Amino acid sequence: MDLSGANLQFDSFEELAIPLFDQLYNFAHWLTQNRDEAEDLVQETYVKALKGFSSFQLGTNFRAWIYRILRNTFLTSRKGLKVAMTVPLDFDEEEEGPDPAIEHDTPETLLLERSSHELLQKAIDELPVHFREILLLCEVEEMSYQEISETLAVPIGTVMSRLSRARQTLRNQLRPYSQQDAGPRVPRGTTHGL
Amino acid sequence: MVCESWKAQLDTYLDGEGPQEEMRIFDAHVRNCPSCSADALSRVQLKRAIQVAGKRFTPSAEFRKRMQQNMAPKPRRSFRMGWILAAAAAVVLVAGSLTSTYIGNRFGRDQVFSEIADLHVATLASSSPVDVISTDRHTVKPWFQGKIPFAFNLPELQNSEFSLLGGRMTYLEQTPGAHLVYDERKHHISVFVFQERSLPARLSDNAPLPGTLSFNMETWSQGGLRYFVIGDVSAADIDSLAKLFRTAS
Repeated sequence: MDLSGANLQFDSFEELAIPLFDQLYNFAHWLTQNRDEAEDLVQETYVKALKGFSSFQLGTNFRAWIYRILRNTFLTSRKGLKVAMTVPLDFDEEEEGPDPAIEHDTPETLLLERSSHELLQKAIDELPVHFREILLLCEVEEMSYQEISETLAVPIGTVMSRLSRARQTLRNQLRPYSQQDAGPRVPRGTTHGL
Repeated sequence: MVCESWKAQLDTYLDGEGPQEEMRIFDAHVRNCPSCSADALSRVQLKRAIQVAGKRFTPSAEFRKRMQQNMAPKPRRSFRMGWILAAAAAVVLVAGSLTSTYIGNRFGRDQVFSEIADLHVATLASSSPVDVISTDRHTVKPWFQGKIPFAFNLPELQNSEFSLLGGRMTYLEQTPGAHLVYDERKHHISVFVFQERSLPARLSDNAPLPGTLSFNMETWSQGGLRYFVIGDVSAADIDSLAKLFRTAS
């Protein structure tokens, strides 16, 4: 791969894209759950982004644009196709009811008391991909709902409902740890589709 | 029951996404409501924990170095040399201007055709080629609602040799689209539908297909949508299915 000799827009592409390298890699690794595949995904993302940079409108949201490329590249990869095949037909299209009220000894507070950083990572890992990605975009990348909407190409209403369900699913994943002291067993996610 | 309505929106407010005025009222409420403040606290704790736990993977030094090398701009030449090269480039530009558009378009077009073929093959190789499995167009068409930013019609297949197997979402150069799979005498045919304006290359309906393409394919634009019909059946069969779509659209 040679990204260097592309065109006169390279300088601005480099300025925009290089600062996102670590974040994109982190996100890619969460999606692929594999170091080699994450590296390939990031590399392909940069190649595609550079190739398509002429179509990017300066002044618009570059971060959402390049994350979208990464995500779409993942979706068309072998692993991405596999998870996309198992998508529930209407997994987040239905209206959400209000979140159930939280008990005061919540899974999250108990988990945090135990400083179970790794357990939380494992619980995130076990989330279905469509929940994992939206949670990471919101909490780790600190994207606004608008940016997430652009990245995932879904309406803001879907962002809100999917995010709500992702959080609820994560809480449910964590709940067993609030009820048992030992045993690093993370309940499997029911669906791993997109 | 005031708290219930706040709690339903708790995450939205904590994400800083509520309307300004409501955020201010919410803030005042949380300060005076032990139940809501406890909920808010636990959710904020979880948000922070995810934020820390989510920053989990870092690229290896080797990968970082490789990418840096790949992305490093070529060394800049001297100012004088730059002018000489610029002058030479201008000559080349003038000479090439008439052909570059044509070549660029053809390159982009060939790439689109290749990607369509890849998508078709990847789907055939998959153990579950479609996400919505139905022979009923009235089931398949609504499935795409909310998944792709446009609507399209599926043809009536009565008295034809084609049968609908189902559909799935697809992407072509970051553009979402519909992928429908049809069966004709045990041969699978893919029909792709994308928004014309979102595609990376301009395509004409009579564009010659690249010689390397080992499938028969037909493409046309109708109502702002670009259709591709591809498969290993005869060109006449591809054309028959394309005609059915043209009539339905």
